[in-house]
Amino acid sequence: MADDLKHTTGEATFLDANEIVLNMGPQHPATHGVLRVILKLDGEKIIGTECVIGYLHRGVEKIGENRTYVQFNPYVDRLDYVASVSNGLGYCEAVEKLLSVTAPPRAQTVRVILTELNRIASHLIWLGTHALDIGAMTPLFYTFNQREDILKIYENYCGARLTTHAFRIGGLQYDLYQGFEQQVKKFCDEMPAKVDEYEQLLTTNRIWVARTQGVGVLTAEDAIEFGVTGPMLRAAGVKWDIRKAIPYENYADFEFDIPTGKNGDTYDRYLVRMEEMRQARRIIQQAVDRIPDGPIMAKVPKVVKPPAGEVYHSIEAPKGELGYFIVSDGGLQPYRLRIRPPSFVNLQALDRMVRGSLVADVVAVIGTIDIVLGEVDR
Amino acid sequence: MPPITLAALKPYIMMVLIVGIGPLGVGYLVLLERKLMADMQARLGPMRVGPQGLLQPIADAVKLLLKEDVIPGMVDKWVFWLAPCVTVTTALAAFAVVPFSSDFVITDVNIGVLAILALSSVGVLGIILGGWAANSHYPLLGSLRATAQMVSYEVVMGFAVVAVLLMAGSLSMVEIVKAQAESHRWFLFGAFPFGLIAFFMYYVAAMAETNRSPFDLPEAESELVAGFMTEYSGFRWALYFLAEYCNIIVVCSLAVTLFLGGWLRPFPSVTWLGWLDYAAPVGSFLLAGGLSLYLVKRQPRAFDQIVLAAVGLALLAVAGLFAWPAFNALFRGVFWFMAKIMVLVYSFMWVRFTFPRYRYDQLMRLGWRVMIPLGIVNVIAIGIVLVLKG
Repeated sequence: MADDLKHTTGEATFLDANEIVLNMGPQHPATHGVLRVILKLDGEKIIGTECVIGYLHRGVEKIGENRTYVQFNPYVDRLDYVASVSNGLGYCEAVEKLLSVTAPPRAQTVRVILTELNRIASHLIWLGTHALDIGAMTPLFYTFNQREDILKIYENYCGARLTTHAFRIGGLQYDLYQGFEQQVKKFCDEMPAKVDEYEQLLTTNRIWVARTQGVGVLTAEDAIEFGVTGPMLRAAGVKWDIRKAIPYENYADFEFDIPTGKNGDTYDRYLVRMEEMRQARRIIQQAVDRIPDGPIMAKVPKVVKPPAGEVYHSIEAPKGELGYFIVSDGGLQPYRLRIRPPSFVNLQALDRMVRGSLVADVVAVIGTIDIVLGEVDR
Repeated sequence: MPPITLAALKPYIMMVLIVGIGPLGVGYLVLLERKLMADMQARLGPMRVGPQGLLQPIADAVKLLLKEDVIPGMVDKWVFWLAPCVTVTTALAAFAVVPFSSDFVITDVNIGVLAILALSSVGVLGIILGGWAANSHYPLLGSLRATAQMVSYEVVMGFAVVAVLLMAGSLSMVEIVKAQAESHRWFLFGAFPFGLIAFFMYYVAAMAETNRSPFDLPEAESELVAGFMTEYSGFRWALYFLAEYCNIIVVCSLAVTLFLGGWLRPFPSVTWLGWLDYAAPVGSFLLAGGLSLYLVKRQPRAFDQIVLAAVGLALLAVAGLFAWPAFNALFRGVFWFMAKIMVLVYSFMWVRFTFPRYRYDQLMRLGWRVMIPLGIVNVIAIGIVLVLKG
């Protein structure tokens, strides 16, 4: 692929318009941050793509090797910054596994509520930006308004809105504030009407359907080969959700369905994510009614110093499987810390999904993959 | 040499007014769009410059005028310079044949409709040249799209216009309106329901012609950054912008003239509705003036309060003028014409905020496989209806 591109840029003049190389990003309205996609075009038809990433690389994994386990906790919020709570959950659980501690039941339930709220918030951003990319500008403002309610819950709980640092290794630092349950219940009561409104704007809209159905098809086999996870995999018809497959926290106690699609196209991914928001609400409603009393912190030593060994722990983040692989040599800092971000893996499928389609589809597909560059570049 | 009278000077005065006030009007159209968009998106829109953001267009214009004049190094300088001029000139020139009322029309040529269609075709040239001259990929793709789109949808628009011409029997804008007055109905309802179909086709084609969403492919922001305007900035960019909004007014005024009875009041032949000629303008200006005065108290700055109070009083004064029979007789046509344009412009904006964008190939398919066959059938059907009616 890279050789193809070199050939074209080297030999062809600008006026030789049979094939042009279009540089999309890193400064582009629809690449969700700093993704750079080099497109080889025949007219408007795409005959090749190459993703260039790394514009937001901060060396998070290396930083992890130079911080203590507790110190590194806030850094994971900066990976997928629209789903920082999920990142924190994954990291805390991985370290807990290494330490062989479990968070107390109260902490677990609160974690589930906050993480599922986070799933809704992340999907709301996805919906708004995805619709904006396809040209519907209004849903963005509605979804951001609704997300604001979730951020307010976070702010009330831990003081931060975006990079929350909500969880600690072994449980929670803060207990719930007065009125948490009411606020969450109020959000859950208001949510269905709002989600229905978005669906009203888009789901049966002829233009929306024309722009998404059959666009960026990823079959189940391809998805599995690429290691794609999350809503993208489920839209291809594979019923794989880590919350059900390898339950963590107390997800096994809650009833919820895993929505799946059939065709693996952009429209199915849209429907799957919309349904996931409703399922997340179901989980929250069950959880908020039975928050157990008790401690919020397990017995964790003041100085976190896990025994030598290694652990891989993954959770179902809004965008797919978020995994942490930690190697401990028994010291204060991880010997090696590797993060498996869902966006990075899912982004690989871009070329397969857009080859042969038009420029406008690239934008739709980037939106539907739902990448966050903080997580891709780390 | 003919004697210099007010009647002889009128076209020239109108020209000066259109070229002078036109850009300001466009600025306020943009403000209106931003305010409407904000309203539909649960936010406020511009609120800082002047009362309720009323002076925002002036601030924008000053900013654009004072900006550095950037011409990128690789561009074809002459064409780059010429392209926005072509677009804006044709857009403004089209107003020459627009009848704001029976008294206010610069020139009533007997091929007025053709003139507008021809000018809008030339306007496309400015977009093609601009995209080409920029010597850059995004503008090139944008202008390619613009060319294909405008050429296809001009055909659609042509068929919709032919439908009206069959009913009116004239290409003169003034005559078309007069024909609607004589037949006691807008051509929207002429040869029912085929007039409606023609209007629908014209409406869609007009949106495509003016690059409005959902057909805003040439400047699709999320795909082509700014399409053919990507390399333009400052005043040249402002010229493109001016042309775009002028074109919106032009296509809307053509729609009003062809389908919605031009400067005629609704139900022009129902005499007992004559009070509408007074009630509508006086009422709407009273309402606007009253609203402005009501909002005066809420303005945080003394300057804003003064400006808004002045605006409110001016609107009330206009309401008073419309109650004066002589003034009303002269300007009621302009009022109705503008009111109808505003309704259409509002619907254009509403569509823009609601719908996603078509893809290039889907747009072409819609044009060539649906709209153009429909247009041909519609023209034939109207012909048959007219022959049967005699």
